[in-house]
Amino acid sequence: MARVRIIPCLLLRGHGLVKTRKFKDPVYLGDPVNVVRIFNEKEVDELVVLDIDASREGREPDYEVIAEIAGECFMPIAYGGGVRTLDQARRLIRCGVEKVVVNSAATESYDVIREAAQVFGRQAVVGAIDVKKTLLGGYRVVAKSATVEVKMPLDEHVQALIAAGAGEIFLNSVDRDGTMDGYDLSLIRRVSQQTSVPVIACGGAGTIEHLAAAVNEGGASAVAAGSMFVFHGRLRAVLINYPQGLELTR
Amino acid sequence: MIAVVDYDIGNLAAVANMFKRIGAECEITSDVEKIRNATKLVLPGNGAFDACMRALRQTGLIPVLEEKVLQDLTPLLGICVGAQMLGHGSEEGVEKGLGWLDMAVKRFPSTLNLKIPHMGWTEVERVRPDDPLISGLDDRARFYFVHSYYMQPENPRDVLLAAHYGIDFAAAVRSGNIAGVQFHPEKSHRYGKQLLENFSRWN
Repeated sequence: MARVRIIPCLLLRGHGLVKTRKFKDPVYLGDPVNVVRIFNEKEVDELVVLDIDASREGREPDYEVIAEIAGECFMPIAYGGGVRTLDQARRLIRCGVEKVVVNSAATESYDVIREAAQVFGRQAVVGAIDVKKTLLGGYRVVAKSATVEVKMPLDEHVQALIAAGAGEIFLNSVDRDGTMDGYDLSLIRRVSQQTSVPVIACGGAGTIEHLAAAVNEGGASAVAAGSMFVFHGRLRAVLINYPQGLELTR
Repeated sequence: MIAVVDYDIGNLAAVANMFKRIGAECEITSDVEKIRNATKLVLPGNGAFDACMRALRQTGLIPVLEEKVLQDLTPLLGICVGAQMLGHGSEEGVEKGLGWLDMAVKRFPSTLNLKIPHMGWTEVERVRPDDPLISGLDDRARFYFVHSYYMQPENPRDVLLAAHYGIDFAAAVRSGNIAGVQFHPEKSHRYGKQLLENFSRWN
């Protein structure tokens, strides 16, 4: 029985943390360093921090903020947002992040995944995919915070990411993002079934039952969530939380 | 004061912040005088063995470190590649290690078909449960590892903690005032904090 990682996914916008719904309407949560300190207290397995504006604005990761966050993190951390080159990946790893997440750039070329995996090892490279449901019920890969549709079909993209060297797949459902209605289990199942590397499911978690379903029904290796760990109650009051002592196994 | 030896191998803030949290005085430094006056030393390490050895040698700090560790018997804790550097050398590279511990560094055998590097949270077994460096760790203690090579002390009695990844390997070693951990205590929450706290109190 392997212990399943439960991973808070935090969205960076400027110098603050936000939470979106369906990739829109960002709500300000607070200062990232303060939030990381709270997650330290709660002993989370791992953190994912994504800068949601970097790729869309075509700018560099904010190394200063990332180094500050990584220095406060008493757990492994993955960073994504605006990562396009090996040099950027190198700088991020020097900032103290354990893993670099590549999303939009990999929808244009797999080079950065290949190069980063060669230099830092596959374990340091996460291929992230944002997926949207089409009107006909299929799935489409999107990029740049869901502002661009990608031609490459989902399954081919997954395989190409792994072939290039991604050590993990971070699978995010745009339609479920921030809804807290549960993961898109058929999406998770579809991707998990065809991969040899761990799949981290994200998008839609609202309860512990949702987390368990992503693992037991979807086949995910790890589960990530945003809203569930930063909001409390029906009115979505900001409250950083994490299920104490919760252990999922698979 | 605990001196974390800075030789330009990346962000060491998490190590310093964890000591701060414990309430131990700590500084990230490459200053010879500060290192000479330190009551404890931490030698971190990240990336390739040869690159770390060359970077450390380039700082010119090895003589003062040897004076502290080998003559004054100042407690030293190596972390990850910093722990591997305490031995004679590594199968990863051609550079000589510091040679302060009678220890080799080996690659995980390829015949085991393991995913290399070994990365993630792994539970450890207390081989020398009475050692002050690992006191307070329970049976469920787990640490965050990222490594492709492992430490193999010549004397099995130097192994404090063991872990399993295809084979049993040394997760923590100690001989006298010189100790090393293969995992990252600064990324291992409560258990890492306990170990660093033990180190900060260790005489």
